[in-house]
Amino acid sequence: IMCASAKYNTRGPALIPRMKTRHRIYYITLFSIVLLGLIATGVFQFWPHSIESSSDWTVEKRSVHDVPVVRLPADSPLPERGDLSCRMHTCFDVYRCGFNPKNKIKVYIYSLKKYVDEYGTSVSNTISREYNELLTAISDSEFYTDDVNRACLFVPSIDVLNQNSLRIKETAQALAQLSRWDRGTNHLLFNMLPGGPPDYNTALDVPRDRALLAGGGFSTWTYRQGYDVSIPVYSPLSGEVDLPERGLGPRRYFILSSQMSLHPEYRSELEALQAENGESVLILDKCTNLSDGIPAVRKRCHKNQVFDYPQVLQESTFCVVLRGARLGQAVLSDVLQAGCVPVIIADSYILPFSEVLDWKRASVVIPEEKIPEMYSILQSVPQRQIEEMQRQARWFWEAYFRSMKAIALATLQIINDRIYPYAAISYEEWNDPPAVKWSSVSNPLFLPLIPPQSQGFTAIVLTYDRVESLFRVITEVSKVPSLSKLLVVWNNQNKNPPEDSLWPKIRVPLKVVRTAENKLSNRFFPYDEIETEAVLAIDDDIIMLTSDELQFGYEVWREFPDRLVGYPGRLHLWDHEMNKWKYESEWTNEVSMVLTGAAFYHKYFNYLYTYKMPGDIKNWVDAHMNCEDIAMNFLVANVTGKSVIKVTPRKKFKCPECTAIDGLSLDQTHMVERSECINKFASVFGTMPLKVVEHRADPVLYKDDFPEKLKSFPNIGSL
Amino acid sequence: MQTRKKYIFLTFLASWLLLFFFGGDRLRRFAFFSGREARAPRNWPRWTDRSLLKSFADPEELQSDGDPSLPSPRARRAARLSVYRDSRCRMETCFDFSRCEEHGFKVFTYPREKDQPISESYSKILASIERSRYHTPNPEEACLFILSIDTLDRDHLSSQYVHNVDEKIRSFPLWNGGRNHLIFNLYSGTWPNYTEDLGFNIGQAILAKASFYTESFRPGFDISIPLFPKDHPQRGGERGWLYQDSIPPRKKYLLVFKGKRYLTGIGSGTRNALHHIHNGKDIISLTTCKHGKDWQKHKDTRCDKDNVDYEKFDYQELLHNSTFCIVPRGRRLGSFRFLEALQAACIPVLLSDGWELPFAEAIDWGKAAVVGNEKLLLQVPSAARCVPPERVLAAQQQTQLLWDAYFSSVDKIVHTTLEIIKDRLLPHRSRSRILWNALPGGLLALPDFSTHPGDFPFYHLQHGRTLPAHLSTAGSAHATAPVFCTPFSGSSPSEKFTAFIRVVSPAGSLSQPLLRLIEAVSGSQYCAQILVLWSCEKPPPPSGKWPRSAVPLTIIQGRRKVRGPGLSDRFLPYAAIQTDAVLSLDEQSSLSTSEVDFAFVVWRSFPERIVGFLTRSHFWDAEQRRWGCTSQWTNELSIVLTAAAFYHRYPAGEGLAGQGARPHPAPSLPPSPRYYHSLFTEYLPAGLRDLVDSLAACEDILMNVLVAAVTKLPPIKVTQHKQHKDTVPQQVACKEGDVETPLDGEQNPSPRHSPLAKVKDTVGTTGSWHFYQRQDCLNQLVDWFGYMPLVSSQLRLDPVLFKDQVSVLRKKYPRLEKP
Repeated sequence: IMCASAKYNTRGPALIPRMKTRHRIYYITLFSIVLLGLIATGVFQFWPHSIESSSDWTVEKRSVHDVPVVRLPADSPLPERGDLSCRMHTCFDVYRCGFNPKNKIKVYIYSLKKYVDEYGTSVSNTISREYNELLTAISDSEFYTDDVNRACLFVPSIDVLNQNSLRIKETAQALAQLSRWDRGTNHLLFNMLPGGPPDYNTALDVPRDRALLAGGGFSTWTYRQGYDVSIPVYSPLSGEVDLPERGLGPRRYFILSSQMSLHPEYRSELEALQAENGESVLILDKCTNLSDGIPAVRKRCHKNQVFDYPQVLQESTFCVVLRGARLGQAVLSDVLQAGCVPVIIADSYILPFSEVLDWKRASVVIPEEKIPEMYSILQSVPQRQIEEMQRQARWFWEAYFRSMKAIALATLQIINDRIYPYAAISYEEWNDPPAVKWSSVSNPLFLPLIPPQSQGFTAIVLTYDRVESLFRVITEVSKVPSLSKLLVVWNNQNKNPPEDSLWPKIRVPLKVVRTAENKLSNRFFPYDEIETEAVLAIDDDIIMLTSDELQFGYEVWREFPDRLVGYPGRLHLWDHEMNKWKYESEWTNEVSMVLTGAAFYHKYFNYLYTYKMPGDIKNWVDAHMNCEDIAMNFLVANVTGKSVIKVTPRKKFKCPECTAIDGLSLDQTHMVERSECINKFASVFGTMPLKVVEHRADPVLYKDDFPEKLKSFPNIGSL
Repeated sequence: MQTRKKYIFLTFLASWLLLFFFGGDRLRRFAFFSGREARAPRNWPRWTDRSLLKSFADPEELQSDGDPSLPSPRARRAARLSVYRDSRCRMETCFDFSRCEEHGFKVFTYPREKDQPISESYSKILASIERSRYHTPNPEEACLFILSIDTLDRDHLSSQYVHNVDEKIRSFPLWNGGRNHLIFNLYSGTWPNYTEDLGFNIGQAILAKASFYTESFRPGFDISIPLFPKDHPQRGGERGWLYQDSIPPRKKYLLVFKGKRYLTGIGSGTRNALHHIHNGKDIISLTTCKHGKDWQKHKDTRCDKDNVDYEKFDYQELLHNSTFCIVPRGRRLGSFRFLEALQAACIPVLLSDGWELPFAEAIDWGKAAVVGNEKLLLQVPSAARCVPPERVLAAQQQTQLLWDAYFSSVDKIVHTTLEIIKDRLLPHRSRSRILWNALPGGLLALPDFSTHPGDFPFYHLQHGRTLPAHLSTAGSAHATAPVFCTPFSGSSPSEKFTAFIRVVSPAGSLSQPLLRLIEAVSGSQYCAQILVLWSCEKPPPPSGKWPRSAVPLTIIQGRRKVRGPGLSDRFLPYAAIQTDAVLSLDEQSSLSTSEVDFAFVVWRSFPERIVGFLTRSHFWDAEQRRWGCTSQWTNELSIVLTAAAFYHRYPAGEGLAGQGARPHPAPSLPPSPRYYHSLFTEYLPAGLRDLVDSLAACEDILMNVLVAAVTKLPPIKVTQHKQHKDTVPQQVACKEGDVETPLDGEQNPSPRHSPLAKVKDTVGTTGSWHFYQRQDCLNQLVDWFGYMPLVSSQLRLDPVLFKDQVSVLRKKYPRLEKP
C-alpha cells in the first residue's frame, strides 16, 4: 500500500505540465475514479485489521484472569501425533522466513487465552510464571514481531512446560484451533517435563503434528536431530539462591550425589562406591527428621548430618546427575551453577543444546552400567582439565541455564542458525567462556602454508618529497630477485610526482599511487595493485639493506607468513618507577617489535589495519603522524598471538624523525612519544599483546667457517 | 492552469486525508513514518498479577523426579535392548561393549574368499584397516568386525552387485545378528527411487554409508562417509589446492556449477533449476542434458543451447577460480563433487536436503561449508555475496584442514570412521570438538595421550590462558628480566624442561663428556630434572658416584635388546617426565649452559616443533629415484638430530598429566598402561615400528618425519658454539648403530654442490653404512605416509646480538660466540 501511494505522489506533479485544457475534465474524472478505487481498496484492506488490532493492544494493564475464554467443543479437531521423520526440509516452511539482511527470524506469539472444555472446566493452568517469563523474553528480543503475516516462527501461548499439569487431548485441540496452526508448521512448543506414569515418554505426549518441540529430557529415539531443540529443565532455585562463583581451589568431596528419590538400585550402587572410597564420596538423601517450617527442598541429609542445598554442591569436584523417571533433571542446572563438574549418568539422554554446546568440555558422561567404575574413571581426568571443566560448567549455566530468558534466546538462536547457516554463530562463540574469548586468539592465517616462492612480493614505498633518496631505494630494491612489483605511495598532495621518464628503469612494474590526504595509514591500505600475499613496507630512506638481506627476509617471511618479519628491532619495557610501558631502541638482547620502515608482512594485515583496527588507534596515528608501525605490531601480535621475527644483524638505521638540527633533544621527545603510543595502544587493546623473544633469524650458514661463495645469502651483515 | 492545479491539489489533499483516516494505523507502522508517531509494537503484556503466577512445577516435583513403582534400571535397560533394534539401533542397545574391554579396540577383517571378486575401492578399505594399528588377525580379541563381502555398490543393476548377501552372512558363525559389525556402502538403491535399501538385512551392524539420508541415519550409531572415486589414493593423498591466502579472498567467480541437468526423476527438482542463477559474469552455472541413453527423448527447449554453453568452460578451471562451489544432490544425496570442491578450497554450498554430512559427529561443517536449502536456490547468490571476507578466508583454510586431515586418502576416511567409533566406547576419553576441528586434526590428536587441549603443543594460542583477565595487563609487565615469569601458566608451554640423556657407553663408568654434559645442563635455570637412561650391559654406577647437581637426577635402567639397537627406548613414554619440554641428549653431546638456555627460550616460542643444534637435510635423488639425506653443509635443513634437541613430550608421548597435583587420595589401582600410549607408540602400526626398529640411526628421521607430518612445518636450528669439534672421543658404542658421532659430516666440510656427490663420497668411509640405513629408513617412512612429510627451512635462529659489534658485556649469550 505504501508503495502504491508513493508512486501516486510522484506521478502527480509530472502529469501537470502535460495536461491540455480540453482534456481537463476528462482527466479529473479519471483521477477521481482512480482515487476512489484506491481509497476503497484502502478501506477494505485496513478496516477489519484495524478493528482487531486496536482492541488487542489498548488493554496493556490487565490481569491474567481477564483473558478471553475459549470453549473447545468435544469434537473439535485433534492434530496428528508428532511425526518422527520431520526435518527442517520436510516439515518446516522456510519460505515464511525469507532472505533477510539482518539474518534474524521473526517470531510471533499468540495472545493469551483461557481454554475450557464443553463443560467449562479449564484445560490447564492458564500460564506459569516461567512460561510467562519465557514469552516476555521473546517479545523483548530482536526476534519478536507482532505481525502474524511476517512471522517465520509461531509460539503458542498455551503453556505445556509441564505435562503433568495439562489435559493432553484438550490441549491438543486448543493447539489445533490456533489461527495459523496449519498442521503445526513453523510452530514451536516449549516443554520441560514430558511424559507421565507409568512409562514416562521422553517427549511431550500432546499430539502436535509438525510442530517443533523444544523439550527437556529427549532421548535419542524421540529427538529429531536438526529439528527439535533439546533444552534444560529450568531450576527455579537459581532465582532464589545466589551462589557466587567459586575459585578453582581443591574441594572437600570428590564425588557428590544430591538427588532425592533415586531408584534404590542406583542408590545402593552409589553407596557401594562410598563404602569403597570413604570420605571423598558423599551420597545425600532427603531429610526425614526436619522440623516444620524448613523447606525440605533446601536441605539434604547424610545419616544425621544436615547439609544446605544447593550450597553443598560447591564443596565437591564432581556431582552426579542420574536419571530419574525422566531423563532431564533440574539438578543439572544447580550443579552447573555451583561450578561442579556434572557426571551425567542417563543412557541415551540428549544433553541440553547439544546441537551447539560441546559437553565434553564441561561434563563427564558415564554409561549407567559403569556406575561401579565411576571413581576410577573420574580419577583419570587430569587436574588441569577438571579446572577447565569447572569453569566451563559455570559458564554454561550463566549463558544458557540461568533464566527462562537465557533458555528461550538460545533456543531461538539455534533455530535461527539453521535457517541462516551462512551467518550462524560459531563453535567458539557458543562454547568459549568470556575469559577464554578474551585471552585466546583466532589467527586469520591459521593454516600452515609455505607460500610459493614464485609469487614474489610487492614493495611499497611511502614517500613525501625525498625524490632522490626514493630513487635510490627503488634501484636497490629492484635488484632483489623475488620482487614482483613496486608501489610508490605518493603522500604529497601539493606536489606532483616526477614525470615518468625521470623514474629509474627497473625490471618489474612500478606504480605510483597518489593519496588524497597526507596520512601515515596510507602506507597500510590494501591497494588493489598489491597482487602478492607478501608486502615489503620500506621507507624512502632505507638504502642500507643489501639485496641478499632483502631476499633472505622474504624467504624467512615465507616460513612465517603470519608474522611481521623485519630488520630493525625494538623492545617494550615495563617501567617500574613510572608504572607504565616504555619504548626501548637500545641494543638489547630482546625484541618485541620490528619497525615497518623495512618489514615483510601478509597483505591481510593491511586489510585488518584499515578496516578492523580497534578503537580510535587509526585516527590517533594519523593525527599524531607517528607510531603507525607500533600500531601494526600491536595489531598483528594481538590477532595471531605470535612474536615478530627480526632478520639479520643489527645495522645503523637512520632514525626517520630525527633531523640533524638538534639530534639529542629530538631523540628524547621521540622516545617519549613512542612510549606514549605503547601505553595508549595497550589501553585500547585492553592487554599487552606484544611478545618478547631473544632470537633473530640468520641464514643457516651465517658466519660459519665455510666458503662464502657457496652460501645462499653471502652478503649479509655487510655495510 | 490555475484552476486545474487547484483541483488537483484539492483531490490530493482529500485522498491523503481519506487514506490517513482509514488506513492510518497501518501506514504509520511503516518505516516511512517511523519516529515518534510509530506505535510501539504489541509486546507480551506485563500482567498486573504476574508476581502471583505459579511455577510450572513445584520444587518438590522437580527435585524428586523418581517413581518407586518403576521397574529397576537394570530391567529397563534389558527392556530397551529388546525394543530398540535394527532400524532403531543405538550403541547402548546394539553394540556389545564387553567385547572391547579386554583387548581394547581391535578390528578383525573376515578372510577374503577366493571366488569372491572385490572392487578396487573395497579392497582399499580392507587394506586400510589391515594397515591400521587396530587390526587383529584373531577374531577372539576383536571388538569390531568387517565383512570380506563387497557391500560398496548395492545398486542391483550394477555389475559389482553381489548377490545372495543375506544367505552368505547368515552362514558366518561370527555374524551374530550383525552385532559389532561395520558395513561400508557407497551406493544404495537404484533407478528410479534410489532408496536407502541395501538389498540385505544389516541387522545390528553399524553402517558407514555415503549419501546418508537423515531419516534412516541412526544417530550416534551409523556413520556418514563421503563418496570417493575408485582412484582415490590409498594413502598419503594429494594435498589441497590452496597454496596461498589471497587478499581479498574472493576469486574470479563467486559461484560455479557444472554438471548434469536431470529432466525427470528424483533430484531433478534441484538440478533442473540450477541454470536460473547463471549470470555469465561471476556466477557460472552450466548444465547439460546429455547424459544417459535416452536423453533426446526427454529433451526440452533449453537443452541445445545449454549443451553448447556447457562445453565452453572447463570444470577444473572453474574449481580453481571460484570462491563458492554449488554441490547439489545428484540422484543420491552425496556426490564426488563434494570432495572435489573441498580439495580445491572452493567453499561447498550444499544443496542436498536431508543429507547427513560426512563425519558430522566429529566435524563442524559450519566452519568450512554453507549448508543451503534446495528450496532457496535463488537466494544462494545473495547469501554468498553476504559472507564477509574474513569468513571466506577462514572457510577456505578450513576446507584444506579437513581435506588433509580426513579425506585425502582412503586410509584417512577409514581411520576417521574407526576413530569415531572408538571415541564412543569411552566417552570420557574421547576427543572434544576442538581436537577434531583444529589443526592437526583428530587423527593426530590422540585421546590416549590426553583429552585436555593444554597438554598438546598445538592449542595454546586458540585456547586462551587460565588467568582471569584483570591480572594479565599488569602481570605481563615482564619485559625486563627474567623474561619468563609470565603469569600465563594454563595452556602455554611449560617454563621448565626435563633433560633426557641416553647412555650407551659400555664402560660402565661415568665418562668425562657425560659428566660435563650433566654439569652444563643442570646449570640451566630452566632445568627441572635430569633423567638418565642407562642402556648398557653393565649396571649404572651407584648413586654416590654421580655428580651432585641442583636438580633431581634419576637413573632409569633401559631395556637391553639382543637384536639391534633399542631405538624405541628414547621415545618410550616415561611417567617421570613432568614437563612439556624434553631436552633429548646423547652422552657424547657437548653443550654449554648458555646453549641450552637459549635453545629452550627459542623452543618456548615454537613448542610444536623440534628445536635443536645439529641438522641434516633431505633431497630427492633423481638418479636412484629415492629419497636421500645428507649431513653435509647445506643452506637448508629439514631434520634436527635428537642427539641434542628440544621437543614437546607429545610426539614422544606420556600420559597421566598432572597426576601429581591431585588433591584427592591417589587411585588404588596402578595407572593403567593405556595412558602410556603415545603418538610414537600408538600412531604408527606395530609392523612399521618393528621395521624402523631394526634399522639403525632411524630414530632421528622417524621423530622428524612424525613431527613434520603433524605440524607441516620445518624443525628449527639454533646456533651452536662449535668449540667441541674433534674433542669428542670416538667410542665403541654398546650398540652397533651408534658408530656415527653426531658431528661426523661436519668435520670435513667439502665444498660440493650436488648432495648426491657427497653421499657417494662418504660411501666407504666410516659413516657410509649409516647413510644407507638412514636412507632406507627415510624411504620406508615416506612409503608408509604416502608422501614426503619433511619440510625444509633456510634459517637458523641466533641470539639477537649474535656476533654483532657490541661489547660482549651487553650480550646475554656471549659464550656462543667465543672463537
